[in-house]
Parts: sequence; C-alpha cells; structure tokens
Amino acid sequence: MRARVYVTLKKSVFDPQGKTIHDALRSMGYSAVADVRQGKFFEVALEGVTPESGRKAVEEIAARVLANPVIESYRVEVE
Amino acid sequence: MRVGVVVFPGSNCDHDTYHVLKHVCGCEARFVWHKDSDLGGLDAVVLPGGFAYGDYLRTGAIARFSPVMKSVVEFARKGRPVIGICNGFQVLQEASLLPGAMLRNRSVKFLSQPVHVRVERTDTPLTAGLRAGSVLTMPIAHGEGNFYLPADELRRLEDEGRVVFRYTTRDGRLDEAANPNGSAAAIAGVCNEARNVVALMPHPERAAEGQLGSSDGRLLFEALTRSLVAA
Repeated sequence: MRARVYVTLKKSVFDPQGKTIHDALRSMGYSAVADVRQGKFFEVALEGVTPESGRKAVEEIAARVLANPVIESYRVEVE
Repeated sequence: MRVGVVVFPGSNCDHDTYHVLKHVCGCEARFVWHKDSDLGGLDAVVLPGGFAYGDYLRTGAIARFSPVMKSVVEFARKGRPVIGICNGFQVLQEASLLPGAMLRNRSVKFLSQPVHVRVERTDTPLTAGLRAGSVLTMPIAHGEGNFYLPADELRRLEDEGRVVFRYTTRDGRLDEAANPNGSAAAIAGVCNEARNVVALMPHPERAAEGQLGSSDGRLLFEALTRSLVAA
C-alpha cells in the first residue's frame, strides 16, 4: 500500500520560502502569480496492512512525526 | 553539581558547552549519548546546539524521539533544570517541553552574527541573579530561529512572564532592525510554566571567555551553577 502525505504551513503562518519564490516569479514576469506556499510531500510505502490499518498508521505518523501541529497541517491520500 | 550535556548525532556545540561548564565554571560535566537514558546523578541537563539528526525532517523533529528524550521529559517533570541552546531549543519545542515552533528566518538566510538580547526574567535557573533588563551580547547561528506561536498563546506566554530573552539593540531598546530572524515579539528565549526548562537561540557557550569577543554568555552558565548550588 502507498500513501501520500502533504504537509503545509497553516494559512495563518508566514512562509518566508514561499514569499521568496513568489517574489522571484513576479520578477521573472509571472505577474498572474498571486501567492506561493511551500510545503512537503511524502510517499510512504506500507507492507502487511489492510487499507484501514494502513491509513490509520499513516495518519498517526503524519500527526506525530511528519507535521508539527503548531505550524503545519497535513492531508493523507491512500492508494 | 553535575551537568549532563546531551549528544545527538549532529550535535556540534556539545564540546564547547562541556568545556564552558567544566573548565570555565568548574562544574562536573558529562556527556549523555542520545541512546542512553540514564540521567542518574545529574543536577541539570543541557541540550546543545547543532543539527541533531541533520535536522532533516524539521529542526529537532527526529531528535525528540531519541531514547534520551524520554528521560529528559521525566527529568523536567521532576522540576530539574533543562537548558536548551539553539538546536536544543528546537528539540525542546518538538518535545512539547517548550511552546512554539521555529520558522525559517524572515530573510530565508542562515544567520551567523553577534546579537544583543535583553534579560526579561530573572526567575529561571539560567538567569537567576542577573539584573532584569541587562543586555548580553552573544552570537546566533541558525537558519530556523523565527519564533512562532499563535497570537492567543503568545499573549498567554507574555502574561505568564515566560519570555526570558528578547532581541534588542545594544542599549536594550526593542527595534525591528535588532530582531535578526523575525521572531514574534522579538523572542530569543522562553521558559516552561514551571520555569525549570529554559532555552534560547543565541549561543552563550560561544561567548563565555574574553578571547571569544564576549564573555556575557558565561553569566548564564554561572547563574545555572549558582541555582544548582542553592537547590
């Protein structure tokens, strides 16, 4: 089983990296770009799990390890 | 008094911290490997600066699951002093022993420079006996030191008097230009509710002897030593 985890900074949290990329894109002429937010993407491969137990494990991993709940939120997709 | 200096793979200020504790302040110091969980006989524990586990996922994120951290959490719950410096601060945040998280510096640059911090509170083991409002000059060396806490929690932190150090000008004035990384409320150091877990982003161990340009950092280690003797 494969799961994808998307970790992004919460909307209320300033993203200096996204801002820098945004500024660069604007200066390159991409004037339509209104905002850029940088995040992290994880592909997690699991063995010997049912769809339910696999999802549960990945949700737990995302909450405990991959994301810091003070500043980040996450979304899990399971294949 | 005996102070433990935790060594994670990637710690790089552990020897400096050990040196200052032992040779400058005359403490008995010993290293504690991150796979050890025995903090027996120690009066205080320091989590030094560096890049624990390469800071690969997030700063301090993997280090906080090290075997030693279970013992550090218990040690802190017993009210014993736990000090975090730079990466040690980040590890303590990840371990939920201290509030907030460190975002990338506002400039997105790694900053290695001297800064001035004002001592806001003297009721912690790291600042006991110092003069409130005094300004210390110490270096910072970090890419993620931009202290963040949601507004309501920040207010509570301030109300509870848990901001221990703030970035200021040399004469102790708050000034956005003196806030190197964009930290909320210019916060450079905080403590927990019980005030025994204290951490700061600047490196006192790199400013503890005159030859290093500043010996202000020594005051913090001496404060720690004094509070251990008093305890």
